[in-house]
Amino acid sequence: MNYEERLITLTLSDDRFLILTAENRAAIRNCPALFKDRFIDTGITEQALIGVATGLALRGRIPIVHALAAFLTMRAYEFIRSDIGFANLPVKLVGGVPGFLSEGNGPTHQALEDIAMMRMIPNMTVFSPADEEDMVLGLQDILRHPSPSYIRHNPLPPEIGHCPFQWGQAEIFSEGRDVTLIVHGTLFGQSLMVKEHLEKKGISVGLINLRMLKPIDEATLLRTGRESTLLVTIEDHFITGGLFSIVAELLIKHHQSCKVLPLALEERWFHPCRMKDLLFHEKRTGEQMARVIIDKMEES
Amino acid sequence: MFNPGVISPLHTETYVTLKPGELQLLKERAYATRKHILRMAGLGGCFVGAAFSCVDLLTYLYTRFLKISKNHLNDPDRDYLFLSKGHAVPALYGLFVELGFIGPERLDHHLQPDDLIYWHPHPNIPGVEFHSGSLGHLLPIGIGVALDCKINGESNHVVVILGDGELNEGSNWEACLIAQAYRLDNLILVIDRNGFQANLRTEQLLPLEPLEKKFQAFGFYEMTIDGHSFTDMENTFTSIPFEPGMPNVVIAETIRGKGLKKFEARHDAWFCRLSEEEVERFSQELER
Repeated sequence: MNYEERLITLTLSDDRFLILTAENRAAIRNCPALFKDRFIDTGITEQALIGVATGLALRGRIPIVHALAAFLTMRAYEFIRSDIGFANLPVKLVGGVPGFLSEGNGPTHQALEDIAMMRMIPNMTVFSPADEEDMVLGLQDILRHPSPSYIRHNPLPPEIGHCPFQWGQAEIFSEGRDVTLIVHGTLFGQSLMVKEHLEKKGISVGLINLRMLKPIDEATLLRTGRESTLLVTIEDHFITGGLFSIVAELLIKHHQSCKVLPLALEERWFHPCRMKDLLFHEKRTGEQMARVIIDKMEES
Repeated sequence: MFNPGVISPLHTETYVTLKPGELQLLKERAYATRKHILRMAGLGGCFVGAAFSCVDLLTYLYTRFLKISKNHLNDPDRDYLFLSKGHAVPALYGLFVELGFIGPERLDHHLQPDDLIYWHPHPNIPGVEFHSGSLGHLLPIGIGVALDCKINGESNHVVVILGDGELNEGSNWEACLIAQAYRLDNLILVIDRNGFQANLRTEQLLPLEPLEKKFQAFGFYEMTIDGHSFTDMENTFTSIPFEPGMPNVVIAETIRGKGLKKFEARHDAWFCRLSEEEVERFSQELER
């Protein structure tokens, strides 16, 4: 089942759901004909789109809003913060082609601060699935939760099966004494390969698919920080405000000290190209990341 | 150049007049509301000029047009009013006292830490449909509400009050495109055309004229009225929708600071903080 099929099933099951877009229809091609007036396309108007969604939510609807992640989160940020966030309305924001998924579009389309911006807003919840199957598994809980939510849309095919979704809980694939890979979203598939490469070298590797970044699975992260020699945060996001920041804040808040290696974009955008070349160029293939991690382990 | 106070006669063939009692009620409510605003200006200051210019509009709408009453503020069948120019909130709160939505003592808490009466609307104050303050937000939100009423086949009206300076914000024009596309004839956009934005006359900064042509080009049915003439308002709002299938816009030509001669049409009558003595004296000088 893909994202749109799940979305259609859920929307058919509950009259409160409406599907909205700012003319980004790639993930919801079949919805206009199927839902008629429950499908609302406002045109290329991200700010007004969020306002319209706010008004619909005031009437008891649950708008599921689709736009490109960069424009949804940045162009409309003040509307999301001041209208949806302050009023704590159940508007569901689905950001398309976030992070590396924007591939060849260039810096204008690169949503690399979306997690930071969304998690900063009071009441907002954030879901960043590892792949399409993971997204489908979590969709119902995210859409039915009474809070506003941001979904970092990820249609990548799954490399592995996932366990059922539980609100605010990470999916733990393995626990490792030497290294634990903490990852969300697009780079999950490559992280599986990192694990394989490291294990071949006899390293004990933990792998955690965070799923939700807000609320964050604090217990799992703190335990991992105690039990693993090195934590590696893997994200296609700027280093500021995303996963690395979340982990760092959490450890400091709980007076816990441990070694963390951040794999994120530092003070730059990524080079626009197709995913395969992009991963290699940005040193984010499983093999390349494994090498960086081994170097780090050998340093100490 | 914009000329405040010009009246465009409407529906001359069917021109209606208000009965003396009806007119009297409107005038008394507007007068009392302006007095409340002066009280708030004496309790730490507020945006008097912008509030005074829309007192008559709000008074008319709540008294004679909107289907809303103090015991049914959350009724799903009610009409909605969204004040997008949130800094005019003293006009709303002053009127809410007159309508019995809130007690008069509530205004004594202006800017106090124990209440939510501050320079922009808070949704916990009975009668406030949504918070505002950041300009250019409530037209898109009103459109969302109007759209839902249409989807459900319900007949609620949705009124959104915008300042003219606020029309600088691009989100309003995005919203106008959407209102036209979805044929929202249940949406009534009211422009408080007092001719000023924070520091300057609108025409000195980003000229809006010809404003009626802008709205017409955006697919709205437009009416220009004297925003201080209750009779003009009665003639205008009773003929909504102006044209089935078209969103409505009323350009209400108003005067910043209307009601207090020394404040009228002054660029510096924006935010005013008054002494107790001034509140007393200006209240005496208020136009009845």
